[in-house]
Amino acid sequence: MSDLRGSTVIVEETPAENGDRNTRRAFLAAAGAAGICYAAALGYPVYRYLASPNEMAMNETAVTEVTLKDAEKLPLGSVLMFKFGTRPALLIHHEDGRWTSMTAVCTHLGCTVQYEPQADRIHCSCHGGVYNAYTGANVSGPPPKPLTLYKVKMNPDGIVVSRA
Amino acid sequence: MTTKSIASNVYDWVDERLGLSELAAFARHKTVPSHAQSFWYYWGGISLFLFLVQCFTGVLLLVYYRPGAEAYESVRQITFVMNFGWLIRSAHSWSANLMMFAILVHMFSVYFMKAYRKPREFGWLSGMALLGLASVFGFSGYLLPMDELSYFATKVGLQIPVAIPWIGPAIATMLRGGPEVTEFTVQRFFALHVVVLPALFIPLLGFHLWLVQKHGNALPPSEEAKPASQRKSIPFMPSFLRKDLAMWIITLNVLALLASVFPWALGKQYDSLVPAPPGIHPEWYFMSPFEMLKILGSFLPGESGEIAGILLFTLGIVLWILIPFYDKNKESGQRARVAHYFGLLAIFALLATTVVGYWAIR
Repeated sequence: MSDLRGSTVIVEETPAENGDRNTRRAFLAAAGAAGICYAAALGYPVYRYLASPNEMAMNETAVTEVTLKDAEKLPLGSVLMFKFGTRPALLIHHEDGRWTSMTAVCTHLGCTVQYEPQADRIHCSCHGGVYNAYTGANVSGPPPKPLTLYKVKMNPDGIVVSRA
Repeated sequence: MTTKSIASNVYDWVDERLGLSELAAFARHKTVPSHAQSFWYYWGGISLFLFLVQCFTGVLLLVYYRPGAEAYESVRQITFVMNFGWLIRSAHSWSANLMMFAILVHMFSVYFMKAYRKPREFGWLSGMALLGLASVFGFSGYLLPMDELSYFATKVGLQIPVAIPWIGPAIATMLRGGPEVTEFTVQRFFALHVVVLPALFIPLLGFHLWLVQKHGNALPPSEEAKPASQRKSIPFMPSFLRKDLAMWIITLNVLALLASVFPWALGKQYDSLVPAPPGIHPEWYFMSPFEMLKILGSFLPGESGEIAGILLFTLGIVLWILIPFYDKNKESGQRARVAHYFGLLAIFALLATTVVGYWAIR
């Protein structure tokens, strides 16, 4: 054995004998299992900690109904942006006095769409998608699907928007 | 091609470019002395492990912490709203305390093994600088929750530089970001704690660890006195590394136990109009200097006492830092004995003033 520190004695580990092979394998398996337990015990709290905002948002997306106070005062030909759960939504008061409400998340790539009162249509500035402002149907441009419509109900304390 | 030959080809490709086999050969030949005081060799590694825990939990806290006016609210949210946030924060606080403790044990073991002697002077000096930075880490981190305790601790702590003649008040005002501890203080302490201090600490730690690799572990005088043939050492790979890892796992278990069984508390939000709560005191690692200044203040009342205290304290620290240049001979002569007694005196003074400090607030 070559020696690095002059004549210092280096105490070697006893090398594994043939009979020790099983013990060695059992030890490695136990160490591996313990390692997995540690990784899980550390990983689980860290995962749940980082996932907290998502879990909170999940509770909010479970919302089925939103009451918009004083929304009935919205003038003709205008729009109110509000949050349905976590996502933006539109409440439109058309020139003809009708009310419609739908999600404001474009079905193409998720931009927030806008209501254009002059053309009475819904337009997405990101890639030029156009939707029908009464039905939410995708009229032109890249959107593959219509916008989801919500039910609109007039209540004494405001307008109630709910999932259709 | 078999899996084995693919693996060896990949290894060869990387080895040719990064020289892995040189590193492996270095690790294979590295040995660590084995003797009655070997236990103390693990404390540097324990400090390093706890620092890594600090980095990891610190980044996790950074995910939700908001400095400035919202500081308290965000820590409240971490502690009571986010899943396991209390545990992450508790682990960060406990690990900070354990790290200070491990660093102090490491420092005193190095001191009494006289591991600061030639050629290890830079190891000692960089270690002392790391201890200083660790204290500033502790002090700046303590304010971040902005509860009553952290508010008053910072208020009092920043009174100490005020006693420095002429420039003291300006330094304190600069650190505080104004005449009072406010959200400006927490904002700049935050910048210090998560950017400035890590940027200084990590390269210095790299230097410190490189020196340990370069010079190897120092032998205590009792071992040096033995003829070389009677000294024992063990290979670093795998014997010492295995024991080192075992110490890390023990440390992790102790930390997990403390952090979960004794979760770190969050006090009430600070209010500059509310008087200091009774029994308020500094963290244990600041208790001794705090008490020493108090004792000196009772001998020498007023400003002269404060200045004398700071001078005496600075002198002690300077003597301590410069020990490799004072006690440098290999032989255990008169100077070595003086250094030894100076070390014992330092431990006695630290312990005694800490006990007196806790006695006084009891």
